[in-house]
Amino acid sequence: MSISHYIFLAVALFCVGVAGVLTRRNAIIIFMCVELMLNAVNLLLVAFSKMQWHALAAGNPNAGIDAQIFVFFIMVVAAAEVSVGLAIIVMMYRNTHSIDVNFLNRLKH
Amino acid sequence: MVNLVWLIPVLPLAGFLLTGLFRNFLSKGLTGVIGCGTVLAAFVLSVLIFGEVRQENFLPVVVNFFDFITVGTLHIAFSFQVDQLSVLFLLIITGVGFLIHLYSTSYMHEEAAPHFARYFSYLNLFIFSMLLLVLGSNFVILFIGWEGVGLCSYLLIGYWFKNTEYNNAAIKAFVMNRIGDLGFLIAIFLMINTFHSVDFETVFGKAGGATHGGASTGVLTAITMLLFVGATGKSAQIPLYTWLPDAMAGPTPVSALIHAATMVTAGIYMIARSHVLYDLTPVTQSVVAVIGLATALLAASIALKQNDIKKVLAYSTVSQLGYMFVGLGVGAYTGAVFHVMTHAFFKALLFLGAGSVIHAMGGEQDMRKMGGLSKALPVTRWTMLIGCIAIAGIPPFSGFFSKDEILSAAYGKSPVYYVIGVFTALLTAFYMFRLYATTFMGGFRGNHEDHHLHESPAAMTIPLIVLAALAIVGGFLGIPEVIAPNAHWLAKFLGPVLGGEGAPSGVAKGTEWGLMGVSVVVALIGTFWAVARFSKKPELGEATGFGKVLANKWYVDEFYNAVIVRPLDLLAQFLEWFDKNIVDGIVNAVGSLVQYGSRQLRLLQSGQVGGYVLLMVLGILVLFLVELLHGGGNTAPQLVAPSAGRPMPH
Repeated sequence: MSISHYIFLAVALFCVGVAGVLTRRNAIIIFMCVELMLNAVNLLLVAFSKMQWHALAAGNPNAGIDAQIFVFFIMVVAAAEVSVGLAIIVMMYRNTHSIDVNFLNRLKH
Repeated sequence: MVNLVWLIPVLPLAGFLLTGLFRNFLSKGLTGVIGCGTVLAAFVLSVLIFGEVRQENFLPVVVNFFDFITVGTLHIAFSFQVDQLSVLFLLIITGVGFLIHLYSTSYMHEEAAPHFARYFSYLNLFIFSMLLLVLGSNFVILFIGWEGVGLCSYLLIGYWFKNTEYNNAAIKAFVMNRIGDLGFLIAIFLMINTFHSVDFETVFGKAGGATHGGASTGVLTAITMLLFVGATGKSAQIPLYTWLPDAMAGPTPVSALIHAATMVTAGIYMIARSHVLYDLTPVTQSVVAVIGLATALLAASIALKQNDIKKVLAYSTVSQLGYMFVGLGVGAYTGAVFHVMTHAFFKALLFLGAGSVIHAMGGEQDMRKMGGLSKALPVTRWTMLIGCIAIAGIPPFSGFFSKDEILSAAYGKSPVYYVIGVFTALLTAFYMFRLYATTFMGGFRGNHEDHHLHESPAAMTIPLIVLAALAIVGGFLGIPEVIAPNAHWLAKFLGPVLGGEGAPSGVAKGTEWGLMGVSVVVALIGTFWAVARFSKKPELGEATGFGKVLANKWYVDEFYNAVIVRPLDLLAQFLEWFDKNIVDGIVNAVGSLVQYGSRQLRLLQSGQVGGYVLLMVLGILVLFLVELLHGGGNTAPQLVAPSAGRPMPH
């Protein structure tokens, strides 16, 4: 499989994520879409890492390794973010009995 | 004694502060005592100092008080110079000034006490400034006094400040003086640049030296011309003379003191003081003489057709000042100063006499409504007659001697000057006796019921009598060489300052007798012609033909209005429009644009999270598109193989 397959898949995943964030009002679904976008980026990073290793392995066996380290970072950060985000959603539900994000527009007043 | 000279200006200053600050508490009597007393004390001191200065071997004394300005190598001291010229002016200012103060106590008696005190505080401030002007030992102190008298002139012309016309006259006087002052100021700067000093002693010493202190004739001409510009403003010469007739809006004693006897002669004092510079620049001298002659003639012609008694005297003052400038221009400095002195006597007398007439007429100034006043006002009539004879130049009254000295000096320079001067003398005699005949002779033309004609009180007649006596005998201080050798006391007295012996050189004795005869005959012709013409049948109607041009002052005011005032007005209106519409418009437009823009932008903050995210995504898309279209290949990341052995770039 050529690199373009990976890129298209990642782009597709990302667009799905963006569309979901933009159109849905359910906080949990928006959250899942954000995760989708993060993972699209992860996929892209891994694909490019592999590509670089293929291209440069002769000169440098560690080529592209930093991208994979990046992916781990993103996963760890995403996990932390999920725990915080879900806690927020729980608190939101307790206060409003709803997880509709458009319901939460009171800050403007 | 000379060391006490500082007291002379300080006394009127104290009077100014007392009467000015406590004007609401002082009674009129006390105000009058303070106002007159300080000036009288200054006069006594001046006389004492004069006694010292008149001694044979007196040398000019510069009394230093403190450093006024010190910048780099330029030192300007606050110091007074006591010499023959300044002492003569001290005597005129404090002497005539005291008489006019005394006169004012009666003339201004109808004013309310605070305004009465305000009047006297202004008068005292004026005396202080004028004394500063003549005592200063450098051009800067002179300039301080110069500005001070201008300010007092403004304040006193606009003394009745509720009348808009008077205020306008005050503003006109001030603005025209400022135009002249600018010339004076630039002359001082030029002097500092050329001589690195403003001290009379240093500047004249350097300029009079062999190398003229390194100054070229051009620079000297520029300095003298600019000084003369200052003098034309202060001393009401063409082209800046039109303020003086309007200045008659002030109380009559003010006209006598400021606009006849003292302030307007400041220009003559200044030029006589710097005569060393003028002697070096014949071009400027000719300009001074020609301007003086033109002013004398023009003002005299206007005076022929004026009906306001004070306006006649005002134009006569302008004309006489013109004579003094002729004297300065032809090098007869002593003659000019002599004429300043005699003019101070007889013109102050005439103004005070006019004031007495106006007082009796209950404020009426139009001569056409007077006539036949000699019975009701005997003292005023006789003193005015003496003043008229003196100004007309009929011997042995004072005006004859001073005017004749100037005229014969003018003849020595050019007969043309002399002819114009004598013609002006004819006009002078004519309009002065027109004034006298219209006012005092014939029958009374006013309304008898309105006016209860009466002679003025003693406080007004005593100054008149004293001034009349001075106007008679003042001329004997300067008897020409041809009449009695060595009798020109003034020339001998002023000799150390002004140089020369006063008597004009280059005119033969016989010629001088002839010139004298001509001027006497001309003066007599003017006198009798005017008396014959106006004593029975004065001009009552409006002037016609050429007389109308004269009555309207050659339309000079209208000309200035059309050429200078109107265009400036239009420019000011345009600039006001520009400021209000364009400048303010830009500022307001920026303001309202920001307001409008923020009002619109505020709507974006809707509180809908979806909206924010959408905008974010759109923004990122735009950035991508920009990068795609403009970024090109250069900035796109490239896969570059690191060469062997080199570490990976971080």
